[in-house]
Amino acid sequence: MVRVDGNGKTDSLIQVRGLDKTYRRGGEEIHVLQGLNLDVEKGDFVAFMGPSGSGKTTLLNLLGGLDVPSRGSITVAGDEITHMSGNKLTHWRARHVGFIFQMYNLIPVLTAFQNIELPLLLTKLSKSERRQHVETALSIVGLADRAHHYPRQLSGGQEQRVAIARALIADPTFLLCDEPTGDLDRKSADEILNLLTRLSTEFSKTILMVTHDPMAAERAQATLHLNKGVLVEGAHAGGPA
Amino acid sequence: MKFFPLILANLFRKKLRTTLTVGSFAVALFLFGLLAAIRASFNQGVNIAGADRLVVINKVSIIQPLPIADRDHILRIPGVKNITFDIWFGGVYQDPKNFFPQFAIDTANQRIVFPELHVPDDQWKAFLGDREGAIVGASTAKRFGWKIGDRIPLQAPIYGGTWEFNIDGIYTGTPQASDLTQFWLHYDYLDERRQFGKGMIGWYTVKMDSPDDATRVAAAIDSMFANSPYETKTETEKAMAGSFVKQFGNIEFLILAIGGVVFFTLLLVTGNTMAIAVRERLGELAVFKAIGFSDRFVSLFVLGESLLISLLGGIIGLALCKLAMPGIGDALRGMLPFIALPVSTLAVGLGVAIAVGLLAGILPATSAMRLRVVDALRRV
Repeated sequence: MVRVDGNGKTDSLIQVRGLDKTYRRGGEEIHVLQGLNLDVEKGDFVAFMGPSGSGKTTLLNLLGGLDVPSRGSITVAGDEITHMSGNKLTHWRARHVGFIFQMYNLIPVLTAFQNIELPLLLTKLSKSERRQHVETALSIVGLADRAHHYPRQLSGGQEQRVAIARALIADPTFLLCDEPTGDLDRKSADEILNLLTRLSTEFSKTILMVTHDPMAAERAQATLHLNKGVLVEGAHAGGPA
Repeated sequence: MKFFPLILANLFRKKLRTTLTVGSFAVALFLFGLLAAIRASFNQGVNIAGADRLVVINKVSIIQPLPIADRDHILRIPGVKNITFDIWFGGVYQDPKNFFPQFAIDTANQRIVFPELHVPDDQWKAFLGDREGAIVGASTAKRFGWKIGDRIPLQAPIYGGTWEFNIDGIYTGTPQASDLTQFWLHYDYLDERRQFGKGMIGWYTVKMDSPDDATRVAAAIDSMFANSPYETKTETEKAMAGSFVKQFGNIEFLILAIGGVVFFTLLLVTGNTMAIAVRERLGELAVFKAIGFSDRFVSLFVLGESLLISLLGGIIGLALCKLAMPGIGDALRGMLPFIALPVSTLAVGLGVAIAVGLLAGILPATSAMRLRVVDALRRV
């Protein structure tokens, strides 16, 4: 059960408390996130909506350990990540976070297989074990026959499925999706959303997704709205309901 | 090793750019190899010079002669074991471009003073019995396809006319330690036939009992002929070879200067290539970091690319230089008899290539290491 009031269970998978993020532009301070609380439990599929500049991507970056908050704490599976060193955070990301980006961000000179294999290069798995994992991931995303295709030889929807397979391959604690359907046509977007829904329901994956698309948000179990740095449960974009 | 395909894949992302950069490394290392071979060739004469031999020349210049009568005086100096002499013949075979050194030699002592140059006894015997005979070095014989029994005409700009010689023997030695380009004729024959300068020789080579006597014997020879019409200048063979090299100018400095400029330019070219390569894929490097690759890994990744480019170029350039060396030697027509690319030069060349590769990669690797994932992803 997703909560934003700071009164979630103490054993929630993700616990965010009093999160602030402030940027300084020129002499001016911009408060992107203000005192944000969030509790996400294992297997939750949460959508974040909100107008541009509302802080959705900033929140995702903070949850993924790509950025550090100005104040507050983020605890994931018992690990407080806000005070981790850069190196520790890098290792933590490799173990706990699967990123899915709007522009797929595949490495163009690597095949689908090699792109998916990347996170496994950081593990001690043997070559044959890595191959087995990649083949499984490829079959989950329905691209077993595209293993040796380069990103330029794939459609947008297929590229995003490869990106999802790459995010899944190391079996992370949760997936962070930043507008995963933002660059896709409706049909491809639906395929991706079907896949994410399946990952949530069939594989109990915890998914946090930023989206502008109400149809995408509908697939999530809960939709949270960000407006002016404040997270509101069950509200509509543009302001609290 | 599992990361090598990653580096390789990135390297061939822009095939033309990589090819040109590797090519510039190859050209630079080819040039390095060539310059180093020329330098080594100049110095080889110095390195192989006998430690127990002195060279006595006219104090004015090596092209001024000395009387043959001096020989017996020198032989009387304590510490002198043997003595031989040579004189430059300066003949032309067919075309002035076909240069090779020709000396009229003292047949009685040549083999004693220069034991490292081997002439089979039967060939030497034939030479002694043939006033128009000649002994030729294996390199020159090979160059012109001469064999024993051939009759070789040489134009003699110094002594006039055409002189014909019979090849009676071919001398050999270790190619890297002996000059195998010389052509020897009888001094007696030259002295008898020439119209001027009779009884004069070019220089003496003195063999000593011990190399330790060099300073004393050299001083004794020069003081013996001081204030005579033919004052002498005596040096060890090594010093003499060194002075000869210096006549060409500061070869070492020239080569280092050219090499330095080439490698500095290469550093800028490769550094620029790597900087562009990194700038072009900031987003990808950010993705690497996002999915768990460390800052250190990303910087080593960039450095690895730079290193691979330099190594590839270096190996190609040095291999081509090594392959081209016999052809270059032929093209120089015996001007640099010892030209070759030693293994030590290959090692230094590869070392330089690696150093340039690392230096060129340091700045891009550092910027890749410092890259903030959030900033880079925002630009994608």
